[in-house]
Amino acid sequence: MRFFITLRMALRALRRNTMRSILTALGIIIGVAAVIAMVSIGNGAKAQVQAAIASLGDNLVLVGPGNQLQGGGVRGGAGAATTLLPTDAEAIKASFIDSAEGKDNSVAAVSPLVVARGQILANGLNWATNIFGVSPDYPLIRSWRVAEGVFFEDAEVASSAKVAVVGKTVVDNLFPDSEPASVIGQSIRVYGQGGGGGGGGGGSGGTPFRIIGIMASKGYNANQDQDDVIFIPYTSHMKRISRRIFVAQIFVQAKTEELIEKVKTDVTDLLTQRHNGTVDFTVQDQADITAARTASTDAMTYLLGAIAGVSLLVGGIGIMNIMLVSVTERTREIGIRMALGAHGSDVLTQFLIEAIALSSLGGLVGVALGIGGSVMLGNYKHWPVEPSTTAMVIAVGFSAAVGVFFGYYPARKAAQLDPIEALRYE
Amino acid sequence: MSAVVKIEDIHKIYESGEVPVHAVRGVSLEIHQQEFVALMGASGSGKSTLMNLLGCLDRPTRGSYLLDGVDISRLDKNELADIRNKKLGFVFQGFNLLARTTAVENVELPCLYGKQRMSAKAMRERAMHCLEIVGLSNRADHMPNQLSGGQQQRVAIARALVNEPQLLLADEPTGNLDSKTSIEVMGVFQKLNDQGITIVMVTHELDVAHYCKRYLILRDGVVVRDEATLDRSIANVELAKLKQAETAAKLLGAGSTAA
Repeated sequence: MRFFITLRMALRALRRNTMRSILTALGIIIGVAAVIAMVSIGNGAKAQVQAAIASLGDNLVLVGPGNQLQGGGVRGGAGAATTLLPTDAEAIKASFIDSAEGKDNSVAAVSPLVVARGQILANGLNWATNIFGVSPDYPLIRSWRVAEGVFFEDAEVASSAKVAVVGKTVVDNLFPDSEPASVIGQSIRVYGQGGGGGGGGGGSGGTPFRIIGIMASKGYNANQDQDDVIFIPYTSHMKRISRRIFVAQIFVQAKTEELIEKVKTDVTDLLTQRHNGTVDFTVQDQADITAARTASTDAMTYLLGAIAGVSLLVGGIGIMNIMLVSVTERTREIGIRMALGAHGSDVLTQFLIEAIALSSLGGLVGVALGIGGSVMLGNYKHWPVEPSTTAMVIAVGFSAAVGVFFGYYPARKAAQLDPIEALRYE
Repeated sequence: MSAVVKIEDIHKIYESGEVPVHAVRGVSLEIHQQEFVALMGASGSGKSTLMNLLGCLDRPTRGSYLLDGVDISRLDKNELADIRNKKLGFVFQGFNLLARTTAVENVELPCLYGKQRMSAKAMRERAMHCLEIVGLSNRADHMPNQLSGGQQQRVAIARALVNEPQLLLADEPTGNLDSKTSIEVMGVFQKLNDQGITIVMVTHELDVAHYCKRYLILRDGVVVRDEATLDRSIANVELAKLKQAETAAKLLGAGSTAA
């Protein structure tokens, strides 16, 4: 009862000085809004990275080239070395898939990946796109359906066949007016870049490929059009387009989530053996990649959050300042209240509640502004934002704590006033 | 008649400065129910200190003080606050109303700090009743700055009455008022006193002290005079006289302009 009356008195006191109350709370409002907005944007960026990695496929183990240059003393970064051979992929497949021979059965699918940019000519039009050299397992790994026609098979890999499966964007750009079904069987000419497709240049250049399938549309991922691609057998890619002997990556899909760790160890052992004992490659699962990729966004989020936290602290000091002024200004009021029977604790509670009300109302407004601001910024800049409930609870709780911490000293000062002195105060 | 206030050989010494100040040096005093006492004295005579002691805002250094039978000198800060809330009503020279708070809310204030719980409705009713007593029920929703000095002081009196105190303490209640308003306020006090309320009032104006029933004069911390007021002024009579004089002056003024 007494508490509610004190609460009402405190709120009334704040209302009496509306302008001052708003300005005082503004410090907290800005602080909390900044925290919420920063964390929302940081979380959004992180979620985007995670989604991108997750969409690579389920239970994936990625083998990439290592940072070790063969025999060299100078080490480049990860991926600097070109050490993975297509035969490595074949060895993984042979060792862990063929259960019929009584071997290990932990891997579901294996595909090497060779990547190049290239120019495609067809139907009197041309289009620059990504050329992926993969194995027939690739659509399985990526859970990517073939919409029209078929994907190439092992036989076509073995013969380095000139067949291609194209993405929807490529079809839209090269055969804008055709029915998808009529695109199957069409011929395209592929000019690799950097790899020197067919010795380069000229009308006579380029390698003719026959379209045997069209992939279903997969849409955008991390602002990249996944449909802007053509797939050809990796053997054809290496022999005819990129002229490389190394592959960029090997995708290995474990049968179940529990087998991921085992597959990682097995693949590492196998490849180490094949590479004469040097670990010149990396083996990562999606969790590893996610951790590596989100480390920087995490750091950024914490940094921005910390800066925003400082502004919250500054807001708290503002509250303390105003509460001290308020206590001095209302010395007489305090004297009157005490003369009329208020205990020191009543006065303490009243001023403490005023401070807490200022800071926690500021916190709530700040949360609303922070969410609103980050969503607006997200829409305007097309950034993914993800407001964090934890951050909201912490921000409001912290701002209330700021009120208690910075409100206590002025409130105690008020409570310790001598009523006689306070009444005499001018 | 029972003694509302019973002080025996009370002393107050302030030790805060370099030299201890002996502000009250052995005052003994009994104030009975329905008395109306004026406390007079020059500045520095100790009357404010005595008033603070009577008002339980301060504790005596030595001596005993029984208020309504309760020994005050042994109570702690919070118990003193409860006594002030329950048994005492304060009226100050500067009115001391809370700014930007309506008259009726000002009057309710002591109820908020009362020990027994009270519904908001009961509080409002009681506050309105007290405003009625001082004749201001029609100004209940006014802010202090919308009221004249006399009206503000009457709100303060209503506030002092709201917890039905044993003793009303007034510290120079007419100090900030003109003479006519002073008489009006004294009229309110006299009316309350007639209804049975005990009043102690500090003043340094002799004509204001004349409205009381008894007067005390303090000098250097001791009571030098304690007598009943002879030829006591009655506020209603004085107001009537004043009105008459005003009318006469108006007539005279009107006559002179006509000539």
